Amino acid sequence: MSSSELTAAAPVKRTSVAARRERPSGGWALLGSEISVMFRRWRTYAMFGALAAVPILIAVAVRITGGSSRGPAFLSDISSNGLFVAFTALVVCVPLFLPLTIGVVAGDTIAGEASHGTLRYLVIAPAGRLRLLAVKYAGCAVFCVAAALVVAVAGALIGMLLFPIGPVTLLSGVQVSLGEAYLRMLLIALYIVVSLLGLCTIGLFLSTLTDVPVGAMAATAVLAVIAQVLDQLPQLDALHPWLFSHYWLGFGDFLRDPISWDSFGQNALLQLGYIAVFGALAIGRFTTKDILS
Amino acid sequence: MTDAAIATSGLTKRFRSRAVVDGLDLHVPRGSVFGFLGPNGSGKTTTIRMLLGLISPSAGAISVLGEEMPARGASVLPRVGALVEGPAFAPYLSGTANLIRRDTADRYAPGATRRARVEAALDRVGLSHAAGKHVRAYSLGMKQRLGIAGALLTDRDLLVLDEPTNGLDPQGTREVRTLVRSLADEGTTVFVSSHLLAEIEQVCTHAAIMRAGRLVAQGSLDDLRRGSGPRVAVETPDASLAASVLARFGLDAEAAAGGVEAALPEDAPPAEQLAAALVGEGVRLRGFAVRASSLEERFVELTGEGFDVEQ
Repeated sequence: MSSSELTAAAPVKRTSVAARRERPSGGWALLGSEISVMFRRWRTYAMFGALAAVPILIAVAVRITGGSSRGPAFLSDISSNGLFVAFTALVVCVPLFLPLTIGVVAGDTIAGEASHGTLRYLVIAPAGRLRLLAVKYAGCAVFCVAAALVVAVAGALIGMLLFPIGPVTLLSGVQVSLGEAYLRMLLIALYIVVSLLGLCTIGLFLSTLTDVPVGAMAATAVLAVIAQVLDQLPQLDALHPWLFSHYWLGFGDFLRDPISWDSFGQNALLQLGYIAVFGALAIGRFTTKDILS
Repeated sequence: MTDAAIATSGLTKRFRSRAVVDGLDLHVPRGSVFGFLGPNGSGKTTTIRMLLGLISPSAGAISVLGEEMPARGASVLPRVGALVEGPAFAPYLSGTANLIRRDTADRYAPGATRRARVEAALDRVGLSHAAGKHVRAYSLGMKQRLGIAGALLTDRDLLVLDEPTNGLDPQGTREVRTLVRSLADEGTTVFVSSHLLAEIEQVCTHAAIMRAGRLVAQGSLDDLRRGSGPRVAVETPDASLAASVLARFGLDAEAAAGGVEAALPEDAPPAEQLAAALVGEGVRLRGFAVRASSLEERFVELTGEGFDVEQ
């Protein structure tokens, strides 16, 4: 045995026991921390508040003015059935408000940590770059679920408060019970969550490109708007099915009887494609990135 | 390389075409307190970032705790505690919450003892009283302490502390020194970088000196001191006369406070002969001393004086 090995084997005094595990844990603690930190930030609740304000404003406006036949889908049904507040609010939130909040959360994922300087400490902890990306993405997805539920639940509650509620007449003319109507509302929320997952991945990727979170946030939100504008131009017909926002408003299918899963399936497939492409880009970028923040 | 806590060979980092770190061969013995010295902008932090796998080297190899970095980071880094380029925390979380969050990122840190370990780390840096405050409300020195606590969350084999005394008052600086000493006593290798030699000279056993991306010296403190010879200091009002007398013996004297100073080469005549000659020439000798050159002088000698950041 060489003298150098003897030095290396010198006993090390330790002050505490159980300070280190023999084998790595599954790593769920970081995901738990990510989610709990998100729900401890005022910013999160400010965005939830803004989202909840949409159904409340709609309901109050309709209550005061008695409603009108113009405006977004389902608006005219509100005064006869309060549940339609939730449906209307979801329709209103999908094109702009939800993508905006997703832009904030997804754009902040990596760039936000970088701007605080905490990214380097997470990486040397070591969180593992791939795992960190996965955790950040999962946190983002959890936010999508919470955001969609906030709109739906706030809509249902304010609708209940200001209008009569009862069995819902679907787009295909069939009437379903209140219980099933709630179920369909949750399905629509799920549809919206799936719709936003592609945008989340784009935001995550953009967030790995910069140390300035506001830049990534704005870029993500702007892309969501651009995609929808392009979707309106008939000259770009061929492009439309490939735009991540193409099926965003297709959840009306869940208000038919029987439920049509066509657009849900196509939407899910499209979003998976975006997740794969931008996920790969984010991984490629982040795992080789020099962290200088 | 089992006896080295950190060993690099030919470590180089180029940003665009400029080499920020150039051909570094660093050798940090296990169990040492290793001072990593150099002026601002000499490549210390870039080196530390490479050691920890934050940035990838342009060339060269790194071994940390006997394993190759960055390839083996997943198993090496849990044993390394670090403070890199200042502390960084989420301002909207408390000190405790920040440390807990950081600890969850380490898969080798047991969740059952997490809270206790965080409290112990906060206690060790004297922050227990401010643990519940938002980091936003912390002073620079408190953040620095929290950053050091973050490096102490689990038992570490190696601690990398980049400018640990930044923003600390003299009392805090002394506490850091005491802490480093006690960690070293526990068997942890401590790698501490600083541009202020005086702050760490007292605790280091070894040191390396960087200048403009290159290593200009490394070794034990005694080795480094030996690098430059003793100096003779003459205290006198007749500075120019003293200088000319010394010049006769081949000594290159320079003005110093209260007289002149000169490096004493090995072939210089004995000190008593110099003193006699000075007195013989009528130099009003008020003080005469031969002393080993301090590390400070060696540091300045190697890195140059002045505030210019070298490019």
